[in-house]
Amino acid sequence: MSGQANDSVIRVRGLVTRFGAQTVHDGLDLDVRRGEILAIVGGSGTGKSVLLRTILGLKSPDGGTVELLGANLEALDEEARRPVLKRIGVLFQDGALFSARTVAQNARLPFLEHTKVDHRLVTQLIRVKLSMVGLPQSAGAKLPSELSGGMRKRAGLARAIALDPDILFLDEPTAGLDPIGAANFDSLIRDLQQALALTVVMVTHDVDTLCAIADRVAVLIDSKIIVGTLDEIRAHPHPWIQAYFDGPRGRAARTGLAVSAEPRVSTRVSKGT
Amino acid sequence: MANTTQPPNAPAVWAKTQFDGSAMRVALGGRWTLADAAILETAVQTLDTKGAALLHIDLSAVDAIDTCGAWILHRQLRRWQDRGAQIELVGTSDAQAALLERMGVADEERVPLLRKSGSAFAELAIRAGIAATEVAGEAKALIAFVGAATVCALRAIRRPGRVRLVSTVHHIESIGIDAVPILGLLAFLIGVVLAFQGADQLRAYGAEVFTINLLGVSILREIGVLITAIMVAGRTGSAFAAEIGTMKVNQEVDAMRTIGLDPMETLVLPRLLALAITLPLLVFFANTMALVGGAVMVILGLDLSLEQFLEQLSNAVQLNTLAVGLIKAPVFAVLIGVVSCYEGLKVSGSAESVGRHTTQSVVKSIFLVIVFDAAFSIFFSRIGL
Repeated sequence: MSGQANDSVIRVRGLVTRFGAQTVHDGLDLDVRRGEILAIVGGSGTGKSVLLRTILGLKSPDGGTVELLGANLEALDEEARRPVLKRIGVLFQDGALFSARTVAQNARLPFLEHTKVDHRLVTQLIRVKLSMVGLPQSAGAKLPSELSGGMRKRAGLARAIALDPDILFLDEPTAGLDPIGAANFDSLIRDLQQALALTVVMVTHDVDTLCAIADRVAVLIDSKIIVGTLDEIRAHPHPWIQAYFDGPRGRAARTGLAVSAEPRVSTRVSKGT
Repeated sequence: MANTTQPPNAPAVWAKTQFDGSAMRVALGGRWTLADAAILETAVQTLDTKGAALLHIDLSAVDAIDTCGAWILHRQLRRWQDRGAQIELVGTSDAQAALLERMGVADEERVPLLRKSGSAFAELAIRAGIAATEVAGEAKALIAFVGAATVCALRAIRRPGRVRLVSTVHHIESIGIDAVPILGLLAFLIGVVLAFQGADQLRAYGAEVFTINLLGVSILREIGVLITAIMVAGRTGSAFAAEIGTMKVNQEVDAMRTIGLDPMETLVLPRLLALAITLPLLVFFANTMALVGGAVMVILGLDLSLEQFLEQLSNAVQLNTLAVGLIKAPVFAVLIGVVSCYEGLKVSGSAESVGRHTTQSVVKSIFLVIVFDAAFSIFFSRIGL
């Protein structure tokens, strides 16, 4: 791959998204730098998930371009997309595990699809991934329907990081988890990001997650996007941002940050905004 | 770090050993990634440490390492340790050290990743046993379900206001009116085929005219009702199971219960009622269409007039013949309704489960329809009908 001049792994330029008469994104620009954790936040209906789907090539933009790892997925056919897809991992909201396969089979799928690695080694690597995401080895033989919501997310994460991707996408990683589970999941993502040198892009509602692990924050407001570090964003005068961070939950999360760097169990509320 | 560029002609992976008196220095370099997994495995396994007691592993020339590379290295380090060698890692970056440390946890538990399977024979016996107990359990649960549905129906008779009329009418439309074109065509063609084959066989005895008797009796007694029941089981039974099953997956059924609605009353009873009302009507319609099909074939093929056909038909069948067929229809309707609603409510968890139970509902209801049809035949012949 060439052209990683300023080290942006994702480059969105002038993105326009429309649903009927409603414009969700209007000329939106976004750069994601290598090795950072970027959190995308915004109120309901501001198009967070749509932005994620557009970057992943699941939805074609109504205007503008999206470059993922230097490639414009829109312009590529299935075959040419494969090398790009091999380098990304996605965790969908409820894991999106294939329900007819066991967890281990789910995690094996990327290997079968993209590599020619020896069967025995793949099995060992799956064990490594399961332990990396904090699942017991016994979960490997289970079907997704036999797991709890939190375990399904972890299993989905194991599948997402199976091939050591460059970029990991997370859609609402802590939604539906209890406060303790969510705090654990946050630190798991931070750990994995450091160990595997991942770039993480996540859509979240959760102020706690934001304060705990995001390097930069992108806020979707008025069909545009405002990007900055947590402090910069907090200083932004826009009323929605002020309400977001100065609401009871935002304040609690911030105090927690000031008091200690430990996971702040007591302040977490599972769904923000 | 997974993307450091590499001159194309440099070896992807390398490992060098150097013995300095007491310790063995192992220098590793290149890209230790999944892409070169096979080369890595051989490179590491063929390293000869000559049984040195102290190993210095130098990772400073490693450009990139991912989970796969780290695992292969970790696995080899563990082998050397098991042989009693002491390992010293040098030149590791923080990230590499963090990654290698994470490998340690992975191999402590040795739980099989696949479901355990014993010998083929034991497996067969186990499966047969499980299947047998499942059949027994299934039969019991189905009977309990019939009981619950009956209680619900009796309650509805006492308080008719609780019957969901709109829902019932909606189901009557989708079971009955929507099925009319396909069922009509099907029955018509069966009538044609029966008449054609019957006439062909009876011609040998010069008894072609009895084709009409054959048509009348077989269609009114058996074929009309069987074809209709089988079609409804496939068309409506599967739809019931899938509808209710999807509602189960979406927790809609649970939501109903918490609001205080009885799924039996809101989901099952209207469907059963609609089926019981509609199926006899459909059977009558199918009978008519099959006879029309047979008549067309007989009139064209045997050169008879319509009057002759009708006269022969009225000699061949009585009201009894029609009644014997029609009386089975509500019974089959209840069978199909009970089985498909029962299967729908048994769905749990996943999309796959919806598919499995939908298939089950069709297979079981057709099976039961045919079993009951056989029982009816015996019964009617005993009482001389």
